Amino acid sequence: MKNLQLPLTEKDVKNLRAGESVTLSGTVLTARDCAHKRIAEMIKKGESLPFDLKGAVIYYAGPCPAKPNSPSGSCGPTTSARMDAFAPSLLDLGLGAIIGKGEMSDDVREAIKRNASVYFAAIGGAGALYGNAIKKSECIAFEDLLSEAVYKLEVENFPAVVAYDCNGGSIY
Amino acid sequence: MRKINTEIIERKIYEAALHAGINVTDSCRAAMQDAFKAETNPTAAFALKTLLSNADVAREKAMPVCQDTGMAVVMLEIGQEVFLEGKPLADAVNDGVKKAYADGYFRKSVCDPITRVNTGDNTPAVLHTEITKGDKIKLTFMPKGFGSENMSRLYMLKPSQGAQGIIDAITETVKLAGSRPCPPVYVGVGIGGTFDGCAHLAKKALTRDVGQYNPREEIAFIECAALEKINALDIGCQGFHGKTTALGVACEWAPTHIAGLPVAVNIQCHCIRCVKAEI
Repeated sequence: MKNLQLPLTEKDVKNLRAGESVTLSGTVLTARDCAHKRIAEMIKKGESLPFDLKGAVIYYAGPCPAKPNSPSGSCGPTTSARMDAFAPSLLDLGLGAIIGKGEMSDDVREAIKRNASVYFAAIGGAGALYGNAIKKSECIAFEDLLSEAVYKLEVENFPAVVAYDCNGGSIY
Repeated sequence: MRKINTEIIERKIYEAALHAGINVTDSCRAAMQDAFKAETNPTAAFALKTLLSNADVAREKAMPVCQDTGMAVVMLEIGQEVFLEGKPLADAVNDGVKKAYADGYFRKSVCDPITRVNTGDNTPAVLHTEITKGDKIKLTFMPKGFGSENMSRLYMLKPSQGAQGIIDAITETVKLAGSRPCPPVYVGVGIGGTFDGCAHLAKKALTRDVGQYNPREEIAFIECAALEKINALDIGCQGFHGKTTALGVACEWAPTHIAGLPVAVNIQCHCIRCVKAEI
């Protein structure tokens, strides 16, 4: 199994094939429904985003609150298809990779190919396991959205499967 | 008559919610283990194995098994010889939920449907009450995640479509859901009644242990036939293909109108969390 460091290099992305199992380590940013709506509005208004999108890895997730002295609560992936409308424009703006679960639209798959990006499927429902793989968590935007805010996570050995690769390949 | 203070219900709800958020049911775990043993697709087997170890980690560390700790669905069967005293029943239920979701460090996932502003404490719960015979209260607590809830469907079939129409509707719902609801799923089906009644039956069906069949033969036949068709879809664990797309199909039924055949299909992900208690 490949152990990948985030952010990914161009070479990493090129060598990934749909269906491959990997583990991911490094920095990811959580964002789900409400955060995406806000990001899209900010882009539309020409405002600068509270984080750098270039090469970033977005994880479709909304964690449970962390217990005292623990970096994160349970934090598995949420259904990616709800972000179908937002993903292509973020990929075109330089988003490096997406982690989520389940099929996304053909538009997203094309945007992944067009931008030589990659979509990883994390294992949906494995919230406790992913929560334990988070070593650091910090809320960096939209704090009022609670679990739907943007959290910057340092993750170690996140299990995932390449769902869409940069050649248009799909596991589904 | 038996007097029961609603504080007792509140405490039972609290205990049930705390347990449910962390533990999948025994029948769910057994069905997932069977699915793993039977799986020949390596990616699906990897996912199933990951999920089995996730359930262990959750239990050991007392962490939510899934971060979607759900909307709290509470079903109370209250014996008609029970006299409830104390704070209003719905308040007791919601206070139990509120405390459990705070103390368990569970995610608060309930919000206003229009403004999307979070209620902050995972209330209100969805409360169903039924008056039954006797002097006891039977309580069922089920946290319902929405990745799967979103994939549920309701059909108003024609009476002539019969059992085959029901089997096809169940299969179609799972097929359209594809990889999105976290398969392998558990499928709760309501057959008959009215538009709302069959949806409630579908939810009730999900409280049944995986692997148990409806006692009525024609209904058990629908459960078996639908499960076979679903598992031939090759969606598999997480949509990675493979043998197990559903862990089971559970149907509940009620008489319906001569002009209709309502069928509700409620999808539950593989994290089946359901606690039953008696007061």
